[in-house]
Amino acid sequence: MPESIVVRMNGMPLTVPARCSVAAAISIADLTCRTSVTGEERGPLCAMGICFECRATVNGMEHTRTCQLLCEPAMDIRTS
Amino acid sequence: MMHEFETLVVGGGPAGIAAAVCAAEHGVRVGLIDDNPSAGGQIWRGSAKGTDNSHRDSATGWQHRLNNPRITQLQGWSVFEQASSGSLRAEHNSSSADLRFEKLILATGARERFLPFPGWTLPNVVGVGAIQAMVKAGLPVHGKRVVIAGSGPLLLAVAAFLKSAGAKVVCVCEQASASQLLPFAIGLVKTPGKIIEGVRYKAATLDVPFHTSAWPVEALGDRKLNAVILSVHGKTKTLHCDYLACGFHLVPNTELAALVGCELSNGAVVVDEWQQTSVSNIYCAGEPTGIGGVELSLTEGQIAGLVVAGQKEKAHTLFGQRKQFTRFAAGLAQAFALRSELKALPTETTLICRCEDVAYGAVRQHHSWRAAKLHTRCGMGPCQGRICGTATEYLLGWNAGSVRPPIFPALVSGLASHPEPEFQKTEGD
Repeated sequence: MPESIVVRMNGMPLTVPARCSVAAAISIADLTCRTSVTGEERGPLCAMGICFECRATVNGMEHTRTCQLLCEPAMDIRTS
Repeated sequence: MMHEFETLVVGGGPAGIAAAVCAAEHGVRVGLIDDNPSAGGQIWRGSAKGTDNSHRDSATGWQHRLNNPRITQLQGWSVFEQASSGSLRAEHNSSSADLRFEKLILATGARERFLPFPGWTLPNVVGVGAIQAMVKAGLPVHGKRVVIAGSGPLLLAVAAFLKSAGAKVVCVCEQASASQLLPFAIGLVKTPGKIIEGVRYKAATLDVPFHTSAWPVEALGDRKLNAVILSVHGKTKTLHCDYLACGFHLVPNTELAALVGCELSNGAVVVDEWQQTSVSNIYCAGEPTGIGGVELSLTEGQIAGLVVAGQKEKAHTLFGQRKQFTRFAAGLAQAFALRSELKALPTETTLICRCEDVAYGAVRQHHSWRAAKLHTRCGMGPCQGRICGTATEYLLGWNAGSVRPPIFPALVSGLASHPEPEFQKTEGD
């Protein structure tokens, strides 16, 4: 298995460790995952699929829980 | 798609793994479904891959035994509803499947308890177990300043883990008082009076200040955390940090048990001596029956797995061990009981419900969880009250226990689907 892979983060290439979660990739890019209903920036809280704070759009699928999902080569990740 | 198993185990942490292994080793065809990318639960996350040494021996032994032809592992699947009696519906990569079973073992684990305080919604305020999971999943923390706060034995374990990952752990704040921790320590180390010293010593060897009677008062930052105000023995101090890892011990995940009709009591699933719930073909093991730690989870999982395989005599040999670990769990609950001062942390404008951004001032005007939900949308977002319901149980004494399907947000296609009547052959057929 390669040691790192390249994903697309908001359209830009980003190199992350292999078996990196999408949530960790978003942190590595110094971004936050989502904007709350009143406009606050939010990042992961529980990191185990419970709190839904880490939602982002992955390969076109909105509201994906990024803490439970591992990065794959060329994965398209979009934060809001 | 449909899968059919003699026994279905939900949850791939220590309890679920032990249950699946013990059942399969006695001839039962088992399905083990888990919503994480790999088995091991939160505690064994990454231990097989060498990112965490602390539990490697035990974890490796059990995970090796999972390689049993009678066990079908469904990893990365979330159960979201009961399709019919004897069948659960689950989602994986945007597709859904029905999982039929004769017997069901629930091993859904626990989650961290999060308590609201001003600033707790800022990015980089995370759980204690959460930051450990994120580091194991690739988050770089080398050189980062981390304050660890909250309650429970996890705080020091995570401090040690973060140090080994190169983080600068600024301090560890345990809300419990030293005198509250003392009886627990006596039971734990069998050396009366040594626990606080023991804990201090451990913190000292870690080169991390450890405070009892200490908790976060406010997280500060503009769009992202940059400092935290702590209360330490009644005095406040402000510390700069990149992360605040904050969690107040654990609470059982009981949503699925409630959905399938199992009786709950005091926030935990009620089981008899054979780990059987109030529903005759449904068993429960590990943290959902009450927070008890990994040894109790493994023991309960083994008992449940043996019982579904008809091996009650073998299961009975584990009763003494279970009793011993249950006593430890009772000590744990007492030692880390939450102090009432924490109820005063949220202000009128502190958000309680992070999904719907509902402030404490709006929530507390109502007399019950149900009324607050109806009038403020508190608990109506995608986490379905798992975070704010747990918080209001503590803050306001509400019972947020009601569940309705789907227990996790699911795609409409999955909710509406009628599974094909063909059977997918499972391994071991």
